Amino acid sequence: MSNPPDFVTGETEGPELPEREAAPAEGAGTAEARRRVHELWMAGTEAPGEAGGFTSEGAQEMLAEEEGAVLAGQMGTLVGDDYSSPVGPAGEDTQIINMGPQHPSTHGVLRLQLELEGETIRRAKPIIGYLHTGMEKTAEALTFAQGCTNVTRMDYLSPFFEELCFSLATERLLGIQVPPRAQAIRVMMTELNRVASHLIWVATQGMDVGALSMMLYGWRERELCLRFFEKVTGLRMNHNYIRPGGVAADLPDGWEDDLAEILEKVPAGIADYEGLLDDNPIFRERTVGVGVISADECRAYGVTGPILRATGVAWDLRRAFPYSGIEQYRFEVPIGQGGDTYDRYKVRMEEMRQSLSIVTQVAESLPPGDYRSDDRKVTPPPRARLDQSMEALIHHFKLFTEGFKVPAGEVYQAVESPRGELGMYLVSRGEAKPWRLHVRGPSFANVQALPVMLADSLIADTVATLASVDPLLGDVDR
Amino acid sequence: MRDAAAREAGALLAGLAEGFPRAQFGTSLGDEVARVEREDLVAFAAAAREAGLTTFIDLCAVDYLNRPEGRFEVVVNLLSMRLPLRLRILVAVPGEDPQVPSLTGVFAGANFYEREAYDLFGIRFPGHPDLTRILLPDEWEGHPLRKDNPVGAVPVQFKAVEGR
Repeated sequence: MSNPPDFVTGETEGPELPEREAAPAEGAGTAEARRRVHELWMAGTEAPGEAGGFTSEGAQEMLAEEEGAVLAGQMGTLVGDDYSSPVGPAGEDTQIINMGPQHPSTHGVLRLQLELEGETIRRAKPIIGYLHTGMEKTAEALTFAQGCTNVTRMDYLSPFFEELCFSLATERLLGIQVPPRAQAIRVMMTELNRVASHLIWVATQGMDVGALSMMLYGWRERELCLRFFEKVTGLRMNHNYIRPGGVAADLPDGWEDDLAEILEKVPAGIADYEGLLDDNPIFRERTVGVGVISADECRAYGVTGPILRATGVAWDLRRAFPYSGIEQYRFEVPIGQGGDTYDRYKVRMEEMRQSLSIVTQVAESLPPGDYRSDDRKVTPPPRARLDQSMEALIHHFKLFTEGFKVPAGEVYQAVESPRGELGMYLVSRGEAKPWRLHVRGPSFANVQALPVMLADSLIADTVATLASVDPLLGDVDR
Repeated sequence: MRDAAAREAGALLAGLAEGFPRAQFGTSLGDEVARVEREDLVAFAAAAREAGLTTFIDLCAVDYLNRPEGRFEVVVNLLSMRLPLRLRILVAVPGEDPQVPSLTGVFAGANFYEREAYDLFGIRFPGHPDLTRILLPDEWEGHPLRKDNPVGAVPVQFKAVEGR
């Protein structure tokens, strides 16, 4: 066998290949023999064997099953179950495939390593980090006043929740109260954001199981919400609207009309989706009994939000640890029974209705008053005061140069984001910048539990399960 | 109803305090906090789970740089959905020996969180089944969320670049 040609020059001046022993005559047609003939050599490398090395992802790869490491998190835990498939010990006929990181159904850059036996998934391992941008480190370099601009970019489909969580944590450290009107506006914007986020979810869930028109309908109704956000905050995403001390601005003139349009069209849209999907035989076939997880597994993995509620646990932080005055409004916590993809669908659809009901109640009972705290050490004075008051000018200057100092302490604040419990652990050492901000993203825990939901399912169901988890990679990787 | 839950929560915490006399209980801005010795962490978490704090919420690390009781702190958040009650467990970790026994045997969900703390802070978790980097590439040098690792000090590395 001669040296393979140089790919660039076309000359055969590759490295000296070790002499191969001739394939035995009777084995010439075997797979082993064919494999030897097609050994790959990349121009510029030392020898053929080296070529295989450069695509290795190293230690984050799935480990061999006998090492027991990939899913060993389940060993001796509350779950106490072995998610390895019962199809027998790993043999020659399993194969490991990669889904992603560039795969349309992963809704971002999530990579799933799946070990398959035929079409059945024996093991799965999510590999994350492709969207890691070090936002927790960045938060340490920004003041508390600037912090919301940073955190709002993590979970980019529900930015109001990130801002709210950061603001609530900062306010608890500061020990300040927020006026009732600001609280009500916060509740209204976050609940509307939940609807917008769930609309994206229903659009992609529909699309991923073949209901392509759902994609268009979901985005159509979400557009109404985004237009409202743009009118109120000036931006469609990454609003930086909810800030420590209140909100950035009062609601604009004519907001009631825009909201009335949303409250009229979105419920009609939800009814349409249910008409399309609820009893659709294809949709049911793809989702009923797919991606099942139990309540105990959810607790052990920290899975929260609609996935947990679909297992029959009526756990909602808005009920258990109410924030921002949300306990004044009436709403139900929908729960499922089976913990499968279809139940998650039903739970989220009902959650949209409940959120719209809260928005209606807020709009009807919006209290008058200030939209932010009048503590001038935290919120800037009105522009008009700067011309009249030396104090106001000093406060303004201090706030926009140094920022406000936050008393030393540590606090964990959680809100019920569309994906589950969004928590922030904030440590202050009495400076204007946080010493540490840790974000407990709901998607991080939910993605971790994917192997549980995927074990023993068909590879075709991976897409449906993944969509029903609604992971947001900006939230996972931060 | 709320009173009964508060009494039950108090009894739960008192039971834990009895079983672990070295643990210090307190509150921080309304959050229940328990400061636990490093050697007791796994037993404490298991006892808390038995007592009803069955939901694993969060694990993270903090770097306090020059702190007499230990440079790092590992923070574990547990939750009881029934009561409801949150408990934050703080474990001081010396900087010269940054390791904490792994909680993966008690809570399966600790897996990713411990990998994250290892990745960003270099804290090792003996007993973890697969302690590898999770957010950063495998060949990344250093642990960026440590306070002695300033922003922008390390040129960004990419995989499979020429000359590597």
